[in-house]
Amino acid sequence: MSTEPDLERFSWLLRLGDSALVLAQRLGEWTAHGPIVEEDLALTNVALDLLGQARLWLGYAGEVEGAGRDADRLAYFREQREYRNLLLVERPNGDYADTTARQFLFDVWHLYLLQALGASRDERVAAIASKAAREAAYHVRRSGEWVVRLGDGTDFSRARMQAALDDAWPYTGELFAPDALDDAMAERGLGCDLRALHAPWSAHVSAVVDAATLTRPADGWMHTGGKTGRHSEALGYLLAEMQSVARSVPAQRW
Amino acid sequence: MVAPRPALAEVWKWLAEVPDPEIPVLSVLDLGIVREVSWALEDGQPMLRVALTPTYSGCPAVRAIERDVVRLLHERGVANVVLEVRLAPAWTTDWLTAAGREKLRAYGISVPGPRPAEPGAAIDLGAFQDERAACPRCGSATVELLSRFGSTACKALYRCTACREPFDHFKAH
Repeated sequence: MSTEPDLERFSWLLRLGDSALVLAQRLGEWTAHGPIVEEDLALTNVALDLLGQARLWLGYAGEVEGAGRDADRLAYFREQREYRNLLLVERPNGDYADTTARQFLFDVWHLYLLQALGASRDERVAAIASKAAREAAYHVRRSGEWVVRLGDGTDFSRARMQAALDDAWPYTGELFAPDALDDAMAERGLGCDLRALHAPWSAHVSAVVDAATLTRPADGWMHTGGKTGRHSEALGYLLAEMQSVARSVPAQRW
Repeated sequence: MVAPRPALAEVWKWLAEVPDPEIPVLSVLDLGIVREVSWALEDGQPMLRVALTPTYSGCPAVRAIERDVVRLLHERGVANVVLEVRLAPAWTTDWLTAAGREKLRAYGISVPGPRPAEPGAAIDLGAFQDERAACPRCGSATVELLSRFGSTACKALYRCTACREPFDHFKAH
């Protein structure tokens, strides 16, 4: 018996895997460049969690596609336009406040997303999400603490943290804006309603922003496109670095 | 000819010899990651199935552990081993055995407390507060969190404010 591969599910799994992978790669860029050794370790450990999650999502995506592509094949041999990650996570590291703002806004969303996917009718999705949610819950605490430390710190750190939050904010709209694919997956009971994540995300973000004595940016025009492969220039450089070894020696094994 | 089929109790004893490569004082059994060991038949030959549940999604020790388990079983004459990576239910530090906790403490690593509320419960902002850790050297409970991540993904870095020694704490997960 041959069944058609569920390409809708495949494309949707790529979104989950690619956001985790691209953010892991971004955080990996901090390796040996962290402002203090503890943060260097923390960022790379968060990156490791995300990389592990990306491997699980992309591995499953490859099985669903049924074309013989494993997680590595999907990570190293797709072009920028084939990547389905959120625009927020491909943003360059900037200064430590920029990295912190990006991480915090993502972490809170990620935790609520994973919690919701823990109830997916796809047992594999539910298992990966439930496992990853434990890790995300810890990430949220760390990144939130840094928003507070920097925001409620010196005048200088406060100004930098506020500017970083303002800069990252227009990339948060995409997190809660479902397209036809997201809606279809939610209807099938495999995905979840992204709109429903906004209220808890918003409450948590506001609480931390208040504790940090910062001002929550106003919602304005929001960037979109990452989930359908329309990316910023920054992603191309990231992929070039990440993929260069695999593409230089494509048949090499460790 | 049918290959020998060592008793499962014997197999469990063997697995107690496989250490965690990053915290070698702990065995895979102390960690609680071996979920099931059973015999099955494949083409009339016995096949040993071992189900492992990884700790953290990205823990680099997992692959080494899988390799070590298979190697050990081969050495003990079990030719046909199939590993199953079982994600659900997700691993938790509640699965660390009492013996494992004792070994951690003796090794100088503070043991995890009760695991945090299941994801899904309301998030405690809990900034700058963490689980209660006790200094593994002097036993003092007056400690401070230095960093949420220590030498591996599963540990955080603390300092004892009584004896001033820094120490690793195995995070409740």
